[in-house]
Amino acid sequence: MEFEISGDELVNKVEELSGQNIFSCYQCGICTGSCPFAAEMDLGPRRMIASLIEGQVEVLQSNTPWICASCFQCVVRCPNDIDIAAVSEALRQMTQRRGFDHIDLSHIPAEERERIPQIAFVGSFRRMTR
Amino acid sequence: MKLPFYPGCSLKAQAKNFETSGIAAAHALGVELVEIERWNCCGTVYSLTGDDLMRQVAPVRNLIRVQEFGENRMAVLCAMCYNTEKRASLRAQRNKEDLEKMNAFMDKEEDYRGEVDVVHLLEILRDEVGFDRIKDRVERPLRGLRVSPYYGCMLLRPREAGIDDADRPRVMEDLLGALGAEVIDHPYKSHCCGSYHTVDDPHLVARRAHAILSSITAHGGEIVALSCPLCKHNLDDRQELVAQLYPDFSKVPVVYFTQLMALAFGLEDAMGFDQHYVDPHPLLEEKGLLRKIKV
Amino acid sequence: MSDEKSIMERIREANKAYTTGLDDEGIEHWVTIYLMGKAYKVPADLTIMQAIEYAGYQFIRGSGCRAGFCGACATVYRKKGDYKLHAALACQTRVEDGMYLVQIPFTPAEKASYNINKEVPDEQVLLKYYPEIARCVSCNTCTKACPQELQVMDYVQAALRGDLQKTAELSFDCIQCGLCALRCPAEICQYHVGQLARRMYGKYGLSEPPSPAQRIQEIEQGRYEDQFNRLMKMGRDELEKLYNEREKE
Repeated sequence: MEFEISGDELVNKVEELSGQNIFSCYQCGICTGSCPFAAEMDLGPRRMIASLIEGQVEVLQSNTPWICASCFQCVVRCPNDIDIAAVSEALRQMTQRRGFDHIDLSHIPAEERERIPQIAFVGSFRRMTR
Repeated sequence: MKLPFYPGCSLKAQAKNFETSGIAAAHALGVELVEIERWNCCGTVYSLTGDDLMRQVAPVRNLIRVQEFGENRMAVLCAMCYNTEKRASLRAQRNKEDLEKMNAFMDKEEDYRGEVDVVHLLEILRDEVGFDRIKDRVERPLRGLRVSPYYGCMLLRPREAGIDDADRPRVMEDLLGALGAEVIDHPYKSHCCGSYHTVDDPHLVARRAHAILSSITAHGGEIVALSCPLCKHNLDDRQELVAQLYPDFSKVPVVYFTQLMALAFGLEDAMGFDQHYVDPHPLLEEKGLLRKIKV
Repeated sequence: MSDEKSIMERIREANKAYTTGLDDEGIEHWVTIYLMGKAYKVPADLTIMQAIEYAGYQFIRGSGCRAGFCGACATVYRKKGDYKLHAALACQTRVEDGMYLVQIPFTPAEKASYNINKEVPDEQVLLKYYPEIARCVSCNTCTKACPQELQVMDYVQAALRGDLQKTAELSFDCIQCGLCALRCPAEICQYHVGQLARRMYGKYGLSEPPSPAQRIQEIEQGRYEDQFNRLMKMGRDELEKLYNEREKE
């Protein structure tokens, strides 16, 4: 998805939505070290924050916030008490609020819809759709 | 002790055995879990966006139900519901302005005053019942059963919602020990199972499940105890996919901690071991734990 | 003065103007309503539907039984000085001064394709065809929009839980007007969910009542020949009396 936003606007909006001071991050990397999904992500939490600090709007195209499962491991480990999960959520919201859902309900196969418990759908749609 | 109880959607559907065993086990300890009326889906996962009050409404509505009953505590079994309700209740207490807005929006409800505490059953067992009383109630000690506790994320993180230390939790180990089981520790006990990714990327979940379950068996665990219907789905039902992706994988039964309580307390009708993908019966038979208790 | 007239008298008065188009001078109570932003003076106590027709419009969509049962005349309106958005059925709601109206002739809604003979009535069936019910945020907007005063949020919640019976019972009086679906922020089509639940519950949940099958058998066995013959010979007055005094459930 393409949309016009400057690096400053992005950081300001992310800080507003997440309530976090991104610039207090000193890039220690404990978050990426703790993240169970870091290996699956293109950036991982540390570099996601670094991209924001550097005003790189391409971070909106990263798969990192979408692979994030909100497990909060990074949150409890961060030495600066940054709620990295909230930052991840803010990045998801940036695209979702412009009308882009990350999953298409019609693509979920019928056999899966027969077995997956509603708790999974509720959580998935909360994080991935608007 | 009577406690208003919030079941959550899953406990009425795929996790019925969690509810049945939980209510029965609590009852056996003198804790009456009374389901609140007209509850709604808590809307897990907790919304992390500051301005998204719409997604705070669902959990707050449940707290209003408890308030309407003149109560100020709500007990939860499902770890995800617990986490969502807990954090929503704390936020409502912290942020009065947002609470006012939500109350104004929910114009058909009485105003939520922010006075309801959310607790998980494990906290009640540890802090108000006590493990000694639990041990006394055991009629069939789970001797020889090597159980690995699996906390998942939502019981422990973030710290404001945690029922125990996030890095070194003990509550499930102590409970399982009181039931007579042999507790097998393992490094992935609070490593995320993949959560809602079971919808958009089941393979990612299968990879996590494989890592967690293989670690458990490598450490000698033969059955897993947990507290979340989503973790149960990811670690039990998804073993079918895990076995497809990893041919050397050996299946492990996965149960709710309350089912082990029901088993240990001799509550034959409340154990619910039929609602599993990996059948726990063979293992429990082998350990002699399914023989009827002689009265 | 005019306040002495009872409500029925006022309705009669208003309806006379509506049906005959004459006797406007006899009307004492008037209100101003807005149709698509344009002001019209109409007799008070008319229903919205009658008022719109009084104003000279002809319904070619969004009108049906005119008796509050078919759900065709979904209406959305605001009232003067009130920020709230209201929803109603045009044939069942009387006009008020300052009503700012729009008619909704149709609600776009995707109905899932299913064969109820092949479906299993378990807790997943509603989620299978309408996974979007998991998007419900319990905002209660649907309940507020419902002209039948149903507990719509409650039945969606029951559906999410897989409780077919409760969903069927709570949605029983739904007339599928579509107002809930239009306003739902989660874009759920509540009435389709309710309908599937009622179909599943009706087919699999309820036991078949014995009386129809039994009654058909009795008829085929000729048990009611005498009664039928008697009825055939009755005059109109006698039939009317019998009909009006019949046993009703």
